[in-house]
Amino acid sequence: MFTEFRMYLWAIAMSFAFAAGPAHAYTVYVSNEKDNTVSIIDSETLEVTGTLDVGQRPRGITLTHDGKQLLVCASDDDTVEVYDVATRQLVKNLPSGPDPELFILHPSGNPLYIANEDDNLVTVIDLEKNKVLAEIPVGVEPEGMGISPDGAILVNTSETTNMAHFIDTTTYEIIDNVLVDSRPRFAEFSNDGTALWVTSEIGGTVSVIDPSSRKIVAKIEFEIPGVRAEAIQPVGVRLTRDGKRAFVALGPANRVAVIDAKTFEVEKYLLVGQRVWQLALTPDEKLLFTTNGASNDVTVIDVEALKAVKSIAVGRFPWGVTISSD
Amino acid sequence: MNSDTAAAPPKRFGAIHYMRCMSGIVWREGLRFLHQRERFVAALVRPLVWLFIFAAGFRSVLGVSIIPPYETYVLYEVYITPGLIAMIQLFNGMQSSLSMVYDRELGNMRTLLVSPFPRWFLLVSKLLAGVAVSLLQVYVFLAIAWAWEVEPPLIGYAALLPALVLSGLMLGALGMALSSMIKQLENFAGVMNFVIFPVFFASSALYPLWRIAEASPLLHRICTLNPFTYAVELIRFALHGQVNWTAAAVVAGCMLVFLAGAIFAYNPSKGLIAKRGGPGGAG
Repeated sequence: MFTEFRMYLWAIAMSFAFAAGPAHAYTVYVSNEKDNTVSIIDSETLEVTGTLDVGQRPRGITLTHDGKQLLVCASDDDTVEVYDVATRQLVKNLPSGPDPELFILHPSGNPLYIANEDDNLVTVIDLEKNKVLAEIPVGVEPEGMGISPDGAILVNTSETTNMAHFIDTTTYEIIDNVLVDSRPRFAEFSNDGTALWVTSEIGGTVSVIDPSSRKIVAKIEFEIPGVRAEAIQPVGVRLTRDGKRAFVALGPANRVAVIDAKTFEVEKYLLVGQRVWQLALTPDEKLLFTTNGASNDVTVIDVEALKAVKSIAVGRFPWGVTISSD
Repeated sequence: MNSDTAAAPPKRFGAIHYMRCMSGIVWREGLRFLHQRERFVAALVRPLVWLFIFAAGFRSVLGVSIIPPYETYVLYEVYITPGLIAMIQLFNGMQSSLSMVYDRELGNMRTLLVSPFPRWFLLVSKLLAGVAVSLLQVYVFLAIAWAWEVEPPLIGYAALLPALVLSGLMLGALGMALSSMIKQLENFAGVMNFVIFPVFFASSALYPLWRIAEASPLLHRICTLNPFTYAVELIRFALHGQVNWTAAAVVAGCMLVFLAGAIFAYNPSKGLIAKRGGPGGAG
């Protein structure tokens, strides 16, 4: 009976232990543009657990939908590298075309759409067959890549043309262009596909576009006491799955803006490291990771409390970030 | 008053008598504080002005380097809050010792020191009374600062309490030791200027020490020798639920030194008071 009682106590203690800690430990991958490495972070201990040597100038980074492969844009090697997550070995190079900067996977997991910054192209690659399906001419200096949840519409932003190009993913034709503020860097669809958020780095704004009418429905501006307006340069965007909240990285303003995605009001500015660039939410949406290019670290934000909890030192010029789904 | 009787009270004094004596002193200090509303407002306005006006201008200056106990970048408001808490206690310590100069001039001191309890006990009671007042000021200040995004973890508010008692005692003892050296009330204003400002500015209250070291190695040296720096760091760590043992040891050590100095100084037969003509003698 005594043993039973002890077992019972133990069970209670364990349930508390699990309830107190984060629900799940995810793996966070951060590309370090200057170090040619990828830092691997454990989302539970918030510590760097490993570093992977990759090609030159790694920027865009993502995981395949099965979580088994890590894709890295090695911009100065003019290729997209594919790494096996389990063995951490290079599996193959994708024929990305020159200077790949950012990419996005089709919601089905294949193909991959790559922005070629120097060639004014979007390259479409079949991951399984390792072959180029199409090259789509877009505006000058393409960068931001967004895809509608149904996979029908691909959006590319071109930094110099200042446009969001709407591309039909079946015909690979541009069906419309929307002019936004100067130097659009990033495009992100809401989970229900009813809104497209495009950030303008130099313009200092975020344009929210209705993908069906392709009209700008809201333009979000930022104002931070004590920070010069020129330092506010929106780049990465993440929206929560319920579509209620958006996070926007504000570059050299060293802040992440928290925005009510329904009213488009800025709720709060969170202080993070310097030149905050890209963002990623854990799948349970409890933590947000930010890459801080100039301070060489990653800041972790508690999404519920809306507080920066820790900054983790990584390699030089952290640029992109992606998180495993399990 | 005979110092021998004061040093060794008759045996019949039990803990309850000591408690009664201490509560009397704390009560008097509390009443004095409550009756001087301007003092309460002034004690709050001073750090709030620093927080709202001074810190606002420096918002983007900090957030460059992460130093313990912080784990990420903090706003300047968050950085200077522990320094402002220590400032509240510094002013409070000086002010309650100012009240001792008053007491001396007005003769109340004679009533206090004529008590049969040991002098160290009377002086420590007086110090604790001052600390109790500063606790109230600090927690009201923190409540207001919360609205200004100074939001330490909840555990920090509890952990802060022992740190505040220790730093409050040290700063109070410093004030008490200083007050014994002052002959007249008018001189005290000078001491305030010569003590409070250098002590506050030459510390880690306004800027992290690494930043001071970049500007001037000499100033950095002075800051590391300033006990106030350790009071600030003790408070800073406590506010984040951590203990800075070095700071705690330095603050406790300095507190004992200052207290010993004050007890010696307030000894009518041997101390500085005797040299100046005894309690009330200056007035």
